[in-house]
Amino acid sequence: MAEGLLRRARWDVRAFLMLAGMWTRVSWSYRTSFAVLTFASLVTTFLDFAAILVMFANVPALGGFGLAEIAFLYGTTSVSAGLADLVVGNVERLGQRIRLGSFDAMMVRPVGVLAQVCADQFAMRRLGRVIQGAAVLGWALAVVDVDWSVVRLVVLASMLVCGALIFTAFFVLGASFQFVSIDGSEVANAFTYGGHTLVQYPLTIYPRHLVTVLTFVLPVAFVNWYPALFVLGRPDPFGLPGWLRFASPLVALLLCALAGLAWRTGVRHYRSTGS
Amino acid sequence: MSLYVAVALRSFRRYSTYTAATLAGIFTNSVFAVIISFTYLAVWRQNPHAGGYDARDSLTYCWVAQAMIMTVGILNVPTTDEVATRIRTGDVAVDLYRPTSFLGWWLASDLGRAAYHLLSRGVLSMIVGGLLFDLRYPASWWVWPVVVVSVSLGVVVSFALRMLVASSAFWLLDQTGVQQLSIVLSAFLSGLYVPLVLFPSWGRHVVLALPWASYVQVPVDIWLGHRSGAGIVSGLALQAGWAVALLLVCAAVLRLATRRVVVHGG
Repeated sequence: MAEGLLRRARWDVRAFLMLAGMWTRVSWSYRTSFAVLTFASLVTTFLDFAAILVMFANVPALGGFGLAEIAFLYGTTSVSAGLADLVVGNVERLGQRIRLGSFDAMMVRPVGVLAQVCADQFAMRRLGRVIQGAAVLGWALAVVDVDWSVVRLVVLASMLVCGALIFTAFFVLGASFQFVSIDGSEVANAFTYGGHTLVQYPLTIYPRHLVTVLTFVLPVAFVNWYPALFVLGRPDPFGLPGWLRFASPLVALLLCALAGLAWRTGVRHYRSTGS
Repeated sequence: MSLYVAVALRSFRRYSTYTAATLAGIFTNSVFAVIISFTYLAVWRQNPHAGGYDARDSLTYCWVAQAMIMTVGILNVPTTDEVATRIRTGDVAVDLYRPTSFLGWWLASDLGRAAYHLLSRGVLSMIVGGLLFDLRYPASWWVWPVVVVSVSLGVVVSFALRMLVASSAFWLLDQTGVQQLSIVLSAFLSGLYVPLVLFPSWGRHVVLALPWASYVQVPVDIWLGHRSGAGIVSGLALQAGWAVALLLVCAAVLRLATRRVVVHGG
């Protein structure tokens, strides 16, 4: 049983890589567009961060955090969200696929449906976001005042991985919601991209009840906020328990399990539109 | 003229059928507006007169900007996307056959769409914003029609820029690269995320003179009363100037493009 599951997972990953490679070659056939798109993708996150720089031209700190610390928060969530978007971002087009009937075609192929949906129209240019996020993070790490230790480095590495897993779960949960409501992609966007935007800033700028929601209901605060408090060596401004700083892996695991369950339930109960 | 009115009306009706998309869009706009509102509140708590605005001005700016996303077409909008698709598939040949102005036809169609998005997503987002935050409203009744005129000019400027981007498909076949770049520039330079008045001094003069200032900054400044009298006239003149100039560029580019148009598939 476990071995069969493992073999299937390995086959799905291989299929994903093959399909993704194919789509990368496809986009390469419109060369100018591909080059401009990759460049645009790089510029996107840069201008995104430039917006924060413009704010800092008017104030020395936001919510008690300086520019370097906000660049740290920004960089970590950008790398995580960028990785998740690169690999599973295409899942948000599920509603469109159901409507066009192309999802039905995927159901009869001998490859996991999730792997196919994610790999379909795979866009390598999205790597631009990850690179830009990493550049901001690199700058932040160079200027931020942190007393580095092994534990801090481990937490930093794990927050990038867990953040990516949390966003992956959000993407898949959002897509599963589209089994219920075909037009739900924009609502799902509000959670994935909205969540990403929320945690670019220190949570101290939000009201306390919103922070409670972001911790216990829509746990996007575990992407970077709690581990960042540990890495930056700051006390929790909201006075929440200290162990939350190390809870990100657990949260990521739970969310992924939930997303997997939601996706399976969606696929099991899926009925074609008949088109 | 009545033809273009008819095109605009049908475009309005066409978009008004997508109710679910409209409601989902309002939800998403509102979520982002709430997030941005809190970042603005944090900025203005530190610096209560940043950019000559007060906190209430900044919140109003934030919600108007979100309400303008679809109306003005700050990011991408179905009408001009459709033009690009028609260029790629060759359907554009049908449009060019028509005994009407190509640019006029699509401008009418875009204005009809914008009118629907203003009355639905625009108005409803503002109502949500007004319920959640303490916003500022135009000081006297005559400001409202002036704001509508200013927004309409913003739509024309945005249409012309989006049309130029779509026309790139005549040469590149696939507009997505150029479009992505244009969306990024437009989001930043229209002040969708940060009001243009917050830009550092030298940069502010530049961005306030660019066509993207017509999208949000000029209408909001009229709305808030930061532009009054001569300020209103100069703001509208800036918008009208860009609208005319960019439409002329559009016409020139289209003339060039149609001379070399080759419809795929023979």
